[in-house]
Amino acid sequence: MASWGEASESRLIGKRIPRLSGRDKVTGKAKYTFDINRPGLLYGRILRSEVAHANVVGVDLSAAEALPGVKAVTQIIDVGKKIRYQGQEIAAVAAETDDIAKDAIRLIRVDLEELPYVVTEEDAMAEGAPQIRDDWEANQSNPGVREEGDIKAGFDQAAVEVEATYHTPVQTHVCLETHGNVVEWEDEQNLTVWASTQGVFGVRNDLAGTFNLPANQVRVITEHMGGGFGSKFGAGVEAVTAANLARITGRPVKLMLTRKAEHLVAGNRPSMTQQVRAGATGDGRLIAYDMKGYGTGGISSGAGFSAPYVYHVPNLRTEKRNVTVNVGNQRAMRAPGHPQGAFAMDSLMDELAEKLGMNPLEFRRINDESEVRQAQYTLGAQEIGWHRRNSVPGSGKGVKKRGIGVGSGEWGGGGGRGTQARVTINSDGTVEAVTGTQDIGTGIRTAIAIIVAEEFGLAPTDIIVKVGDSAPGLPSGGSGGSQTTASVAPVIKTAAAAAKQKLFEHIASQLEAPIADLRVGNRTIYVVSDRTKTIKWELATGQLGMESISEGGNWDEDLRAGGVAGTQFAEVEVDTETGALRVLKIVAVQDCGLAINRLTTESQINGGVIMGLGQALLEERFVDAQTGRMLNANLEDYKVPGTFEIPEIKSIVFDTHRKVTGVGEPPCIPTLGAIANAVYNAIGVRIRELPITPDKVLTALAEKKA
Amino acid sequence: MEKFSYVNATSLEQVTELLSDSGWGEVMPIAGGTDLLAELKEYVETPKTLINLKTLPGMDEINADASGLKIGALVTVADIAKHPTIQHHYTVLAQAAGSVATPQIRNVGTLGGNLCQRPRCWYYRDENTNCLKKGGDLCYAVDGLSKYHAILGGDPVYIVHPSDLAPALIALGASVKIVGAEGEKTMSLEDFFTLPAANPFRENVLEPNEIVVEVQVPPAKPHTKSFYLKAREKGAPDFALASVAGVFEMDGRTCKAASVVLGGVAPAPWRSKEAEAALTGKMIDDTISKQAGADAVKDAQPLNDNAYKVTLTQNLVSRAAMMAAS
Repeated sequence: MASWGEASESRLIGKRIPRLSGRDKVTGKAKYTFDINRPGLLYGRILRSEVAHANVVGVDLSAAEALPGVKAVTQIIDVGKKIRYQGQEIAAVAAETDDIAKDAIRLIRVDLEELPYVVTEEDAMAEGAPQIRDDWEANQSNPGVREEGDIKAGFDQAAVEVEATYHTPVQTHVCLETHGNVVEWEDEQNLTVWASTQGVFGVRNDLAGTFNLPANQVRVITEHMGGGFGSKFGAGVEAVTAANLARITGRPVKLMLTRKAEHLVAGNRPSMTQQVRAGATGDGRLIAYDMKGYGTGGISSGAGFSAPYVYHVPNLRTEKRNVTVNVGNQRAMRAPGHPQGAFAMDSLMDELAEKLGMNPLEFRRINDESEVRQAQYTLGAQEIGWHRRNSVPGSGKGVKKRGIGVGSGEWGGGGGRGTQARVTINSDGTVEAVTGTQDIGTGIRTAIAIIVAEEFGLAPTDIIVKVGDSAPGLPSGGSGGSQTTASVAPVIKTAAAAAKQKLFEHIASQLEAPIADLRVGNRTIYVVSDRTKTIKWELATGQLGMESISEGGNWDEDLRAGGVAGTQFAEVEVDTETGALRVLKIVAVQDCGLAINRLTTESQINGGVIMGLGQALLEERFVDAQTGRMLNANLEDYKVPGTFEIPEIKSIVFDTHRKVTGVGEPPCIPTLGAIANAVYNAIGVRIRELPITPDKVLTALAEKKA
Repeated sequence: MEKFSYVNATSLEQVTELLSDSGWGEVMPIAGGTDLLAELKEYVETPKTLINLKTLPGMDEINADASGLKIGALVTVADIAKHPTIQHHYTVLAQAAGSVATPQIRNVGTLGGNLCQRPRCWYYRDENTNCLKKGGDLCYAVDGLSKYHAILGGDPVYIVHPSDLAPALIALGASVKIVGAEGEKTMSLEDFFTLPAANPFRENVLEPNEIVVEVQVPPAKPHTKSFYLKAREKGAPDFALASVAGVFEMDGRTCKAASVVLGGVAPAPWRSKEAEAALTGKMIDDTISKQAGADAVKDAQPLNDNAYKVTLTQNLVSRAAMMAAS
């Protein structure tokens, strides 16, 4: 059975290794899609609707076509079709400069017959609201109902009950690099695309399908990538449009989305509203849970969330609906459905614990079946100083009040089949690892180098890692679901082992030893039973001549496992006069399986915490009912955490086993509940709506006083 | 943005001449450009000509002496923030300057531009929303999303004035020197700003052919304490939800004179004579400071989403007063 070996035997795996691309990124040497410029490059721009709902009556491209410097104009939506949200694509241009392209799209005349729209969940569900989807009544999907146990019997056993409504608004992804591509046709049958994507092969297959090309005649390259968070899988309208413009003009086209378009059409995390009634027994068992909730994923569905979450409830009924609005669609966003579910559930847990007069951590221990989280509670409580929390919430002295809270999360990960990889040993001693995965900033490039270097007794910097290119024809899946490392690592490991075996076979007779006795370390191959027999790495590989060793790998179920648990503790300080809220410290205890690289795993946890903090304290999409338009499609009024918001983060990689699992998404989950509960502990007022901004803090404090 | 021609200014005469017949928006002055460029990119402004004021000589100096401060309109916000005399004797101004935006913006944004910057209102900044401020019929904040809008002096346009420097300078009793086609004039900075009831389209008295060239601040009085308190949602960059510029002449805990100017809550920097009256001549304690806070907002008329600003402003005024007495 294949294994990653014991921690004590690992020279590199599980250690803290700086990411290989770090230097290139901070010096600007790393080229992102945005940085790619090709000879003869044209610039593409898309004209988008500023109206939320309309029939397209006419589109006149002539003035744009006549503008000097414009090389192509294409219509994206047909006359007679419907615009269903602000930002929907109408037409596109390619021009000699980006400025000309910008001017040109403004010359396109669009004749729209405006239709009634709804942009908020409340307006969509109101009596007499305009129906914006033919297939749904009252702008709502049929409810998804789940029932377990006997809810009536459950409530009969309850000693305490809580009824509350929790809400999280729509959050957008805010990828630092916006969506987009540079597209170049080599000839009519061969297309090269530099894509800002989480799925090199997904984009390849989308474009091959759209343009009816053999898949291997579309090459997709993603050398470096500026964030996706679930929003960058397929080719999307922008890649297809760029490819069309490039085909018409016979020149390469760069088409990157604007920041505004990024907010409007490049995906978002759906909203959530849940009305919960829940009960617990006198001895602290969560016994009954009744939830009606909804969310909006824009014009599409997909506004799911997890409720209940993490903690065990024997008797429950849940009813969830999607509400449709004339706003851009949701896309998967880092742990879809989990953060909003965790915020509501962890808030509810604290509210129940208070009614029981029980320590919220004790209440969690009773209702949490995860042994991992039980251990994490102990460790995290110690790290944050749980005993320092206010035993009576809001009882701290002074204007600035501090509080401590806890939240939990869970995720799957674990990877899956579908990756091909190749490890090559060249006669000059260099080692190459090639696979079609992509490094979306999460550090898979470095993880691959670590695995191969561990196998060959080399340093990670010795390994040439080639990822983010479909051309070698070694497919790998999209980077989503925290699956990348667990999908890729087993294949790389087995490929490296196979290549090593081949090299040993080549060299064994020279060393006059059985292959099984050969080992490699410190750039030397040696015989384990007779240490005097050695050959330097370069001397051994030098004998390969033209016959470099190149081996593929296999998916190996034994090298990976799914399922992780996490717990976070937050300490906050609330200025009760200004409502200003500062997170002082987050302790994030995150189970992630085998951490191939402890340093980038900690970075993942830091990043998740910061994203969770943004959702907890700052981020909210505002759409105006009077105009149907998003009011904060920028980074001024759509606020994301900056250096002043980022607290001390204690990221603890919680080792549970030596199989690769993945940790991309889960660390953003427990942050919300931990912060919300810490705020309550600080000020003694429960804020059930995110983000917890000064207006909500001051309003809640005023209500408490009254 | 639309195409425009760009002229490097050589003299104030040339600037006022170029501006003189253009009316609003045809010919516009630019200095740091941190606000104007965003307006151009968003097509909120579409001038035909920009006049670069940064080539004008002698307008980027700070003179501090016994007669007070003279600050040229081209002095950057960063230079104000780090000027030792301003830090020591006009603390409120240094603090206000330090709270502006980000280091990059402070390094290029100028005093004149900061005073004359346009509102951040998300309806006003949307090219496609023809709000009352741009000649339309409605202030969309009234029935719309109004979290960041005015609670004082709004009617009929509920923008807030975004400047941090203006409240601080008004609290210090500053005056502003203006040059126009008809010559030069100096007026109090407080009177420079106007409310929408007087003119819904502009935020100050400037005519299209006038520019701000200098701000003068009278000498700091002894035993004066001053503070700029700015509440915001985010550390930086963020505009004020509410801010208070307070200048207090103290004799122990007794306030001999007070100057209290609010930012982020009204279409112009809002001098709170009510708060000043509540504090002047009083021994400041918890009760008096709370009274000053309450008096500062007694005329507040919040919209749907900004009632919190009433509490916030009240608390900031009280806090500033308590800081003066401590």
